[in-house]
Amino acid sequence: MKTVTVRYFAMFREHAGIDEETLSLDAETTADVFHATQDRHGSSEPSGHCKVAINDVMADWDSVVTDGDTVLLFPPVAGG
Amino acid sequence: METPCCCFHRLRAVDVIELTTSAIRPDELRARLFDPAAGAYCGFEGWIRNHNEGQSVLRLEYEAYEPLALTEGEKILEEAKSQFPHLRAHCVHRTGLLEIGECAVWVGVSAPHRDEAFQACRYIIDQLKVRLPIWKKEHYVDGHSGWVNCERCAKSA
Repeated sequence: MKTVTVRYFAMFREHAGIDEETLSLDAETTADVFHATQDRHGSSEPSGHCKVAINDVMADWDSVVTDGDTVLLFPPVAGG
Repeated sequence: METPCCCFHRLRAVDVIELTTSAIRPDELRARLFDPAAGAYCGFEGWIRNHNEGQSVLRLEYEAYEPLALTEGEKILEEAKSQFPHLRAHCVHRTGLLEIGECAVWVGVSAPHRDEAFQACRYIIDQLKVRLPIWKKEHYVDGHSGWVNCERCAKSA
């Protein structure tokens, strides 16, 4: 099990009802973390439209998560 | 009005991206790009419009994750500068609540010739829109609201 802090933004924050939470997860990658939070909060956004970062650095959905990481979950962006 | 020759001697920050909650003033920003070696300037302003996908929009709300919006924005400017020699580029994006007609994003570049200026400006705005962690929520005339590209992401993908 790993302890991971998850931060939610925009629509994800509204779905979760919180800015962030610390979870104990059996997660290998950012995709595992994302799916665990979706199960938890009932969101169904496909990961392909979303972005992810680990400790303030952009990452991929197969990036490995280590104990103590902060994973940032970004719903589809819409700047401009 | 300041003339370009004054601005050559007191340039302010350029080649950076900024986020702001204040009104964007393109004329002031444009002056930062004056360069005696530049023969072309190209600017893009993104405005808040009153409709989107058939809905009447009252106002927009922008949210950004600033640390990564700035580092990703700087990467995009660096990419543009490596593609187009002697380019100067600057970008400002608003956050918070914006009304119809306000400028939400401004990109300005100067370059030796117009072709590079047009291409670089287009490259920067296109990349900003798909890469920066910035989200917008539309508030509609009928009272409801929605995150752009999220609830309708299947359609817009």
